[in-house]
Amino acid sequence: MAMLHTVNKSPFERNTFDSCISMAKSGSSVLLIEDGVIASLKGTSVSDKVSKAMESVTFYVLGPDLNARGMTDDQIIDGIKVVDYEGFVDLTAEHENVQAWL
Amino acid sequence: MKYGLLINEGPYQHQAVDSAYQFAKAAIAKGHEVFRVFFYHDGVNTATDFAVPPQDDRNITANWIKLAEENNIDMVVCIAAAQRRGLLDANEAERQGKRGDNIAPTFRISGLGQLVEAGIECDRLLTFGD
Repeated sequence: MAMLHTVNKSPFERNTFDSCISMAKSGSSVLLIEDGVIASLKGTSVSDKVSKAMESVTFYVLGPDLNARGMTDDQIIDGIKVVDYEGFVDLTAEHENVQAWL
Repeated sequence: MKYGLLINEGPYQHQAVDSAYQFAKAAIAKGHEVFRVFFYHDGVNTATDFAVPPQDDRNITANWIKLAEENNIDMVVCIAAAQRRGLLDANEAERQGKRGDNIAPTFRISGLGQLVEAGIECDRLLTFGD
């Protein structure tokens, strides 16, 4: 069982995303919520960093927060899984513990 | 699974309290238990009985009260954070010599021990903040 990390701020606003991926162990998961969903977008200056992190960490993004910001599933990096709140709940149950990067 | 939620930011300012509410609703819908919600820092403002948001906006406090009453959630407000921000229950208002009290029903004032206990009692403790 591994840790679920949640990131709720855009990587262009805070450095919590960087802190998270630098600390997240191989096999753990990152869920992008609230403004954190910005990190899931294709073609930004952090996209390569996300793709590289995806070699060892599984990425999820909260669909309702993505849609609330006018973005759609086809704009996100391939391999990032979109979940709803039920999926969020499932992730917290499947992982041993949850770390919020605030 | 038994969940505890920690809310560190205030309503209508940050998304934290809305995210926590949506999470709690989804968890309950999936058959999990939300044991306690601990309101800390500006999160305590969620517990005011005096907020009157416009009718076409969500009423965050009322939504929490309904969810808590229907699902027996223990809604705890940090006493030190609350008193700093002018949130008093009837006992505290009397003790401090204030004219009124404004903690909404179903919320109760208590201390950080309740947060620690939630961390021990619950299978998962989730933090929602800024």
